Order: sequence, then C-alpha cells, then structure tokens
Amino acid sequence: MSEMAANDPLPKPKRDLAPILLPVALALLMIPLVGSTSSWLTLTVASLAMGMMIFIMASGLTLVFGLMDVLNFGHGAFIAVGAYIATLVFAPFAASVQAESLWTNLAVLAPAALLSMAVSGALGLVVERVLILPVYGQHLKQILMTTGGLIVAEQTLYALWGPQIIPMPLPASLRGSFILGDVAIAKYRLLAMLVGLAVFIAIQLVLNRTKLGLLIRAGVENREMVEALGYRIRRLFLGVFMTGSALAGLGGVMWALYREQVHASMSDDLTVLIFIVVIIGGLGSIGGCFIGAILVAMVANYGGFLLPKLALVSNILLMVAILMWRPRGLYAVTSR
Amino acid sequence: MMILSGDPPKSRVLTLLLVVIILALAATPFLFPGAKALNVAAKICVFAALVASYDLLLGYTGSVSFAHTMFYGIGSYAIAIALYGMGPNWAAVATGIVVGLPLAALLALAIGLFSLRVAAIFFAMITLAVASAFQVLASQLSWLTGGEDGRSFQLPELLRPGTVLIPKSLMGFEINGRTLTYYLVFAVSALMILALLRVVNSPFGRVLQAIRENRFRAEALGFRTVFHLTYANCLAALVAAGAGILNALWLRYAGPDTSLSFSIMLDILLMVVIGGMGTIYGAIIGATIFILAQNYLQSLMGVASKAASEAGLPLLPGLLHPDRWLLWLGLLFIASVYFFPTGVVGRLRNAGGARDAGGAH
Repeated sequence: MSEMAANDPLPKPKRDLAPILLPVALALLMIPLVGSTSSWLTLTVASLAMGMMIFIMASGLTLVFGLMDVLNFGHGAFIAVGAYIATLVFAPFAASVQAESLWTNLAVLAPAALLSMAVSGALGLVVERVLILPVYGQHLKQILMTTGGLIVAEQTLYALWGPQIIPMPLPASLRGSFILGDVAIAKYRLLAMLVGLAVFIAIQLVLNRTKLGLLIRAGVENREMVEALGYRIRRLFLGVFMTGSALAGLGGVMWALYREQVHASMSDDLTVLIFIVVIIGGLGSIGGCFIGAILVAMVANYGGFLLPKLALVSNILLMVAILMWRPRGLYAVTSR
Repeated sequence: MMILSGDPPKSRVLTLLLVVIILALAATPFLFPGAKALNVAAKICVFAALVASYDLLLGYTGSVSFAHTMFYGIGSYAIAIALYGMGPNWAAVATGIVVGLPLAALLALAIGLFSLRVAAIFFAMITLAVASAFQVLASQLSWLTGGEDGRSFQLPELLRPGTVLIPKSLMGFEINGRTLTYYLVFAVSALMILALLRVVNSPFGRVLQAIRENRFRAEALGFRTVFHLTYANCLAALVAAGAGILNALWLRYAGPDTSLSFSIMLDILLMVVIGGMGTIYGAIIGATIFILAQNYLQSLMGVASKAASEAGLPLLPGLLHPDRWLLWLGLLFIASVYFFPTGVVGRLRNAGGARDAGGAH
C-alpha cells in the first residue's frame, strides 16, 4: 500500500511500483494492437469503469479476509440484495428517473443507492452474527455456512420478487455518451469511474489517515498483537464487515444500472470475477484489489475486442500469470 | 469386513438404514414399477458415488472444491460426444471412457499442482473460477458439445429399452436393456464407493486425515502434503468422471443443466454435509435423503403452497412454491453445519455409543 504522509518521521516503507505500472503498461501495449486510437480510448474507459464497479464490490471482501481470515462465499448475496432494493425505489419514481434533468435523476438515484447500502449493511450485521460468529476461525465451516447463506438469500429473493428478470432502466440524463472528436465516452461509465475513484480515495484516507484505519491495518498484519494492546478487534471486524456488505450493495446497484437489469443470479458471475480480483490483488490489500479489478476489467474488454474466443478463459490465464509472478498476489499484506 | 475395508458403519441404526437403502436400490426394478421410481433410484446410485468422491476431498482432506461438477461433466460429455459422433456401439463407449477419465485426472492434476501449492485458502476460489470458465467453454463450443442443448445419443443395442432379455412370460417381470443399464449403474457405483472406502482406510487415507487435522504437523512428519492432496484430488476427479459417465449412459443425454451447472455443485455440498462429512457412508445416506426429497417433497410443497394461497396467507405461497425447495434445504444445510457438523452418519455413530461423548469433532 502506498504511504502518503509527507513528514513521516518513521522510515518509509519501500514503495512497490511494479504492480501499479502493470495496468498502465497493459493499456499502452494495447494501442498498437487495437489499431485505432478512438476504439482504444473507448475500450480503456470501459475497462476503467467496469474495474471501478468490480473494485467497489470486491474491496469489502478483501478487507474482511485480511482482517479476520474470514472467507465469505456469500458476498454475492449483498450485491443482489442491493440491486433489488434499488428497484424498489426506482419503481414508484419512474417518472423522475425518466426526466431529462440530471438533478431530478440524481435525487432518485442517490437515495436508492443509500438505501441499498443501508439494507446490505444491515444484512451484513445479521450474516456476521448468525452465520460467521458461530464458526469463527474454522475455514471449512465458514465456506459451508456462507455458501448456505448464499443459497438462502438467492432463494428468498426469488420467493419475494419472482424468478423473472427485472428491467432497471438507466436514468435519462445518464444515457448516451459525450462525443470528443471521434471518441464516444458513455456518460454512465464516467459516473461509475467517478464513484469508484471516490470510494477508493475514501477507503485509502480512512485506512491511512485515521486511528481506525491504523487499527484495521495493524489487525490485517497481526491480529493477536492488536488484541493484546486491548482493542476489541471483533467489533472493528463487525464494522468492516458491514461496510464491506454496504459497498457490495452499492456495487450491485451500479452493476444493475450498467446492465440495465436485475436478477437474483446476477451475482454468480460477479462472485467469480471478484474472487479472481481478490486473489490477484493479494488477500487483504485494498491497493492490490484496486489494481486487480482494473486488470481483470482490461483483460475482459481488450480480450473481448481482440480475441473474443479467448475472452472465456482470459481471466483464468491472467490469474495464473499473476500468481506465477507473485504467488501471494500483487501485494502480500497478510502473514498468512 | 474385507469388502468394507475394515470400516463398518459402526452403528446398528446406520447399518439397518444402509441395508434397507441398498436392498431397495437393488430391487427397485422389481419392487417399484414405473419409470419415475427407476429414474430416482439410478440418480441415487450415481449421486451416491459422486458425493462419496467429493467426501474424499471435503471430508478427508478438508479442502473445499467447487470444480467437482466439472469432472462430472467431463465424464458425461466424453461418453455423450463419443456415442454421438461414433454411433451407438461399444467402441464408442470405450473411447468415451478412455478419453474422459484421463482428461479429468489430468485437469485435476493441473488444478491441484497449481492451486494447492500456492495457499490452501485459494483452492476453493480457484476451483470456482476454473469451473465457471469450463461451464462457459462447454456452452460456447457448440460444434462439439451441442451448446445449451447438450447432446442426446443412442445407446448400444444391448442397453436399449427395446431389447428384451427375459420376456415377461418367463418370470412374471420383464428384464430389458433398461433394467440392464440400471444394474450397470448400480454395480459400477457400488464398486466405486467400495474403492473409495478402501482408499480412505489405507495408510494414504490416514495421511489425508492428518493433513485435514493439521497440515503443518503432517508436513513436519515428512509427508509431502502437496503430493497427497493432489493425488486425492485426481482420485476424486476420476470417480466423479466415472459417475458422470454413468449419468450420461442412464439419461442418454449430456447437457449443461444435467452435468455442469453450479446448482449440482450445491446439491453435492448439501448431500455430503447432510449425510455426514468424512464417512463415505454419509454419501449414500445424503444422496438418498436429498434425491427422495427433491423428487417427492416438491410435490408436497406444491400442495402446501396451493393450500396457503387458497387460505389467503401472504408470502407463504411464494415461500412454499415447489421451485423454492432449495430455500428450505439451504436453511437445513446451515442448521446442520451448525448443530450437527458430522451429519446423519456422525449423529448415529455417536448415539450408538461407539465413541465417548464429545468425540463429535
């Protein structure tokens, strides 16, 4: 993780820039391969937007694992729940959603996103207390319990909303794209990038500039030591878990708008992508998760453009390549 | 005892249950008329073997794999593609087996060497990723696999329902190709389960259990844990592919829904946990309970759902809808991981007093 403090009296940790340069190098490498600059720009923006959305969903999972060694296979449930809650808000305000004014749209979108985050976060509280607390420290049972939770959540969504796909139209002012010369940049992708970047900066600020963040980082590195110093790390963990769930809910809303539809099984494919991102980034590392998300999205977008056949396995190949290079992910922050 | 590799059920109730299940399965073609009963029985046989092979991984080595349906699917597709491409003859069946089994083992070897070496916790995630990629691959390569439609095929002459081996007039019931196929499925499944029982009770199986309990200590004792885990992974993949072959032979069809989908993976997980992890016998019990519930409980739920909607209750009709039966099984799954992690078999063994109290873990 890159340190930002300017007047740091302690010796600075060695900066590890190679992973940061990786997506940049990949993007530059693609310029001659893609051919035209305009399609390259479109693809790059698309990958950045997709990467940001995946990052939002994956960030909670990586911190939860890093901090408490808990592998949550039910993380996808929060994504789906978030998306479904947003449809609840969108339905009665369909007129405002389709209005041409950006502010009217945002007046629906922002509360919808906040409500989704609140519900997902509250669900996170329940899941942590009911499913994870009883099997704390037992990997096998954690995986089984959270997988069970995923089944129950998905089936409950089906029971409440029915098995059909629910359309979720993009607000009118976010449709279409900005045209710069011969480059078209979709408006919604720009918004997704902004939100993702804001979330990343917020997480980095909290982790690096606050005492809470200090404790979380210390907990990721050595849990027992933080406990020995008298901090109730379980409560910290609950907070991180709920935040992670809420972020997954936010990611779910954004992904649903991106695809313009909601379905309880939407999280299945995403869960796979998120796991790949978390593994590539190094379990517990937010910076690694950020870079991993962009890499996965880049491989998906460039790969889909250049070699559509290979796109199916490209993420697996990426994961294999990264793990060959660094067996514990881009940034290995945990001692596990 | 020899045939059970010195690992008997160790509980009177459990023995009785197993004997009843196995006798019922063996006599299904004569006891229960109709195609549905025979289908259910064949599915129980196939899944008992499949779940037992998964138990080798989950129960004995403690590693969670989400790629088990992939190996199952490889077996199914190998036999389906061979019989579809080469026509209904025994050479095609042999080709399917000769191609399918080594392919599954090789893939398991590759995944094992790659992901078991890095970090144990990655294994579950990596298998999930590989399995989902394989699923997409299978549905995309439609020239080979038939895409979403899958591949239907004809069986060799001897195994077809139309082939009457012993006419009804002779013994009171007909033995035809279908009956023969059923006994083929039954016998091969039984053989595979007995082989797995042999594996887990061998010195090799003991090392697997040592790795499950404490990998570091097992390593300190001088065992090459990666080798053992990878080997177990390959064995499990082989049996899973074998079960896949049986499944395809029985259904005369292989497609994404019947052999590759993630829901089958969840079914396997449910069966192994409900039956009892680390017992092999749990696979038989779990598969029987689950598949009986899947086939007969659903209609019961349909009745309950109708009754609830007629009574005008809110929400209940949706929750009791037959398609939502996984919801209840999911709850049962969580409850069984929490309250009796050793499953039905573990419970029965403990109740039998074979071990002292507290030996549940």
